[in-house]
Amino acid sequence: MTHSAATVQSPPQSFLRRHVFSVDHKVIGRQYLDLALVAVVTGMVLSWIMRFHLGWPDTPVPGLGKIAPTGAAGGVITPEYYLALMTMHGTIMVFFVLTTAPFAGFGNFFLPIHIGAEDMAFPRINMTSFWVTLVAFLVLMAAFFVGDGPPLSGWTAYAPLSAVGKDAGPGQGAGQTLWAVSIAIFCVAQLLGSLNFIATTLDLRTRGMSLARLPFATWAWFITSVIALIAFAVLLPACILLILDRVAGTSFFIPAGLVISDRLQEHAGGSPLLWQHLFWFFGHPEVYIAILPGFGIVSQILPVFARKPLLGPRVFVACLIAIAFLSYTVWGHHMFLSGMNPLSATLFSVPTLVITIPAAIITLLWIGTIYGSRLRLTAASLFALGFVSVFVSGGLSGFFLAQPATDIYLHGTYFVVAHFHFVMGVAAMFGIFAATYFWFPKMFGRMMNETLGKWHFWLTFIGVYCVFMPMHYLGLAGNVRRYSAFTDDYLQPLIPLHRFITIAALFTGAVQLIFFFNLVRSRLRGPAAPANPWEATTLEWSTSSPPPHDNFGGHPPVVTHGPDEFGAAGVRDYVMQAEPQ
Amino acid sequence: MSTAILPPARGVPAKSVATPDGRPERRVAETGVWITIGTISMSFAALTSALVVRQSSAPDWQHLQLPALLYVNTLVLLGSSMTLESFRRRGGSFGLHATLLLGLLFLAGQVLAWRQLAAHNLGLATGPSSAFFYVFTVLHAMHVLGGLGGLGLVERRLAAGGLSATTSKAAALYWHFMAVLWLYLLALLTLRG
Repeated sequence: MTHSAATVQSPPQSFLRRHVFSVDHKVIGRQYLDLALVAVVTGMVLSWIMRFHLGWPDTPVPGLGKIAPTGAAGGVITPEYYLALMTMHGTIMVFFVLTTAPFAGFGNFFLPIHIGAEDMAFPRINMTSFWVTLVAFLVLMAAFFVGDGPPLSGWTAYAPLSAVGKDAGPGQGAGQTLWAVSIAIFCVAQLLGSLNFIATTLDLRTRGMSLARLPFATWAWFITSVIALIAFAVLLPACILLILDRVAGTSFFIPAGLVISDRLQEHAGGSPLLWQHLFWFFGHPEVYIAILPGFGIVSQILPVFARKPLLGPRVFVACLIAIAFLSYTVWGHHMFLSGMNPLSATLFSVPTLVITIPAAIITLLWIGTIYGSRLRLTAASLFALGFVSVFVSGGLSGFFLAQPATDIYLHGTYFVVAHFHFVMGVAAMFGIFAATYFWFPKMFGRMMNETLGKWHFWLTFIGVYCVFMPMHYLGLAGNVRRYSAFTDDYLQPLIPLHRFITIAALFTGAVQLIFFFNLVRSRLRGPAAPANPWEATTLEWSTSSPPPHDNFGGHPPVVTHGPDEFGAAGVRDYVMQAEPQ
Repeated sequence: MSTAILPPARGVPAKSVATPDGRPERRVAETGVWITIGTISMSFAALTSALVVRQSSAPDWQHLQLPALLYVNTLVLLGSSMTLESFRRRGGSFGLHATLLLGLLFLAGQVLAWRQLAAHNLGLATGPSSAFFYVFTVLHAMHVLGGLGGLGLVERRLAAGGLSATTSKAAALYWHFMAVLWLYLLALLTLRG
């Protein structure tokens, strides 16, 4: 309980303690990132299969028939298997990539260093949180291999579909139970992780590290962990109730008189809407859990490469706090189609529109920061700029979805798919890429290849716009989402556009091979990284690359400067945070 | 550079106090418990809202008469909070042992109460009120069990002579919260259950 960072001494010697069951926040951060890498490849391959089917619904995917003989006999996927792939894609990406990488991964590695601490407040709880996350991932993956495959109720697992059991279709037996158990376990892991982030930020800051001197990425991780603590604390009991409905015969979410597959369900009185409320009370803040670390990363990176302090640092932090608060007042906008009272819909619509104000202010702060600067274009700064671009593109479509009158038409269409992929998925991925190019030298002591990084950026940037921009048009044309094919109905004229999107998606996926190649090659053969390759100011750049076991070699830094003092007159145009006054 | 000659830096975490070797003592255990209390409160608030929604969504709710044993258990749990306070104020190990014993007694009493209900054919799936009763009381019992684990740690530290004030305060905070949470649940289940 009180195994505080102060008691962490010399590095452990055994292989297992150093690399596997390590309590070092840097090792744990890398483990989270490795897990996210496995997860993102899995999730991306699933999306390729879906996209291929949407473009060429009758053409078999080579080899798929052998991997999934029931879901894709002969290589052509069934509508149910399409939903199963969609469910797994969404769940893997939202939980095990967008939450795991920018928040748990980079946060674990850099938050303690940013505040001048030797480790997290509770290193053992920190290690536990990673291993529990891994268990959650393995339980989810097991759904591919048990019974009749993965569940098909989407990453939102709406009841009663998710609650009634195997009558509801393939995967709704064991697969859906594994899903619920996996997410419950994941909640526990994230609660432990958030507890650590908050306690560390509050209690382990080094001398002089006032809140006003906290680096922006750490501000974002800190606020994200507060959001996560509240959000996952709600999803956890919701999952427990769902599991009880499935295995113990309770009726929290299953209404009376429900007939599924010609069988009257033996449940009564439950409220399917209750699940939606509990889920989205978590689900909407989850969007910010995925994106706020990106806000912090971009705010940390842009000043370094613009050689200017971030415009309005206090406004930035105030906006983060405003977003965190408002994120708990808007969940109903996911439920406009549920038949809610128009007054309730209006009450959820207003804060949804209001939350765009702090988000827009932050965007303007970024643009104001780079305005008039001589921006150094690197892979990291390009991805940070790309983040701003895709976040704005995705954010603008949010205005249409925030209002019930337009959302009711658009909600079930590809317009929503375009919106959340841009604003949450792609933007967060760009944040992850920016962070990787920026911090890789510190994490591994080697530089990444900049030329490959820039190619990776431009091709990915063009690719994601080709994938997701046309989906707005599909949605406006009435193209419903979650359907596996549109071969014999009014949507047939849109098939060529679906094929274009599929080709763009395969292209964008293939481009990521550049990134993987760069990652592996730089890790093995990259030129040695100096302590401060980007001429940055925060504490991680004051220590060696990679940092020693206790981060600062037994000399905790004393902070005397703000997090981004650029533009100083003198030999150097920057002042490091730990520089003597 | 010696930290002793530096002027007090602005913004040093207010909770730090210097230990004899000059390093600030961090009260992370207390902070951690406060955060845990916030999380648990949020979870039970979510379940409370679920109860309210479920109760109003269908006419199948039947009030559950709580077993009288629960009130005895309540006294046992409140007593354990008092013995823990006496341990913190007077020292020794009697208060701590009494707390551990009363904590175990509370859990045994809860198990007995569940068995009484089960003997009346009131199970988890019998009806919505019994379902919520079991969810609330079992989750609370699991948290109490976690608290007993924490008190076990206090016991070990005490035996080893390394019990710090912050550890003992953190454990007490959590334990008292368990009593407060139980009083809340008892009121909720009596009035709305």
